[in-house]
Amino acid sequence: MKPAPFDYLRAGSLDEALAALAEHGSEARIIAGGQSLLPMLNMRLAKPALLVDIMGVAGLGEVRREGGMIVVPGGVRQAALLQRPGLASEQPLLAAALPWLGHYQTRARGTVCGSAAHADPSAEIPLCLVALDGEIRLRSRRKRRVLKAADFFSGMMVTQRADDELIEAVAFPAARPGTGYAFEEVARRHGDFAIVGCAAMVEAAQIHLAVAGVADKPERRSWPRLDGSALDDALNAFAWELDAREDLHASARLRRDLVRTLGRRTIEEAGRCLA
Amino acid sequence: MPRLSAANRHRVGFTLNGKPVVVEAEPRLLATDALRHGLGATGTHVGCEHGACGACTVLIDGAPARACLTLAVQLEGREVTTIEGLAPAQDRLSVLQAAFRRHHALQCGFCTAGILISLEAFLREQPEPSEHALREVVGGHLCRCTGYTPIIAAGREAAALLRQASQSTAAEPLDV
Repeated sequence: MKPAPFDYLRAGSLDEALAALAEHGSEARIIAGGQSLLPMLNMRLAKPALLVDIMGVAGLGEVRREGGMIVVPGGVRQAALLQRPGLASEQPLLAAALPWLGHYQTRARGTVCGSAAHADPSAEIPLCLVALDGEIRLRSRRKRRVLKAADFFSGMMVTQRADDELIEAVAFPAARPGTGYAFEEVARRHGDFAIVGCAAMVEAAQIHLAVAGVADKPERRSWPRLDGSALDDALNAFAWELDAREDLHASARLRRDLVRTLGRRTIEEAGRCLA
Repeated sequence: MPRLSAANRHRVGFTLNGKPVVVEAEPRLLATDALRHGLGATGTHVGCEHGACGACTVLIDGAPARACLTLAVQLEGREVTTIEGLAPAQDRLSVLQAAFRRHHALQCGFCTAGILISLEAFLREQPEPSEHALREVVGGHLCRCTGYTPIIAAGREAAALLRQASQSTAAEPLDV
């Protein structure tokens, strides 16, 4: 359980980090908090030739508002976002979901963008980005580009990030008036990987539900304000569309059942927040 | 900054429990191994080596961190606190350590160093923690002996004693 050898570059600037990525491509990996990457290195599931540490890069450490967006740059730790004053009113979904993200000890070190880059199908940050229709802001030496979260996550730990790109920031839409938000999760133990996580956003005329832990990436569906058996039917159809995974922790059938029951509970809670 | 090559060892300087230290580290060396093998600070225990068990938790610049999910080279210039740094003096336990002793909050002791470190950080951040909040923090650790209940009891008592001590105008140190 020791990493394979690699070179280590503590980037002094974003340009230096981008130059290293441009030169080494898929052989290089960005390290920020390391809470997803280090387990991969220790288990030798990842064997990069070069690690580029961006935690010393100035300007990546502060959350900022850009109009209706909460912009979280690559150096912001999960605990810092959770402790942001007023987060529960600025974006209640983040305030509800972040305490489920790993443990107190890993949130103190892990970064928000790192969790997006890792793209675990059960992870809370990708789920919230997809639920809120957030953005991933990518940068390489060639160019900058912005992807919608739903386009960025493409499979189990697979994203649209090119080998020479890094995530400069992710952006979450702030809460809008007249919209209710809720988050629910089922895990074997608080802080473990979610078996199923649900994030709901309910507006005057629409319901949005995003689900993690079921398919190979977080998925979102939108419906009109259904209720009763019409909502059950919609959730059942969603559960079957997701091609649920089966693993040591839960059967595909349990995951589908959680989409129906936990999904409904999350939507109802978001609806109550709206009322 | 120069690139640190995989093949060589590099000098990494940081502060360990208030004292400056230097350790020689390949880039791939984990902070756990740098502390234990490089510096002989064997109080930090190594359990799972992938961040699940919490036995290796240390403080980096006051914030808890899994030392097994930290590279030694990432410690450069940081202030690191390990279990060896908690007691105020030789033969004296910290308030939290003494509460653990009173409540039998450890049996084999393998997980204890990490839990003490986490609670030390958390009680500094949150002097009046709810039982739920304490359970969440301790939830980042695996203990196979105690069933956690005495750990939570010790954490609550230590929080109360630390609050009393900070409110007390008396100059005497808290005697536990």
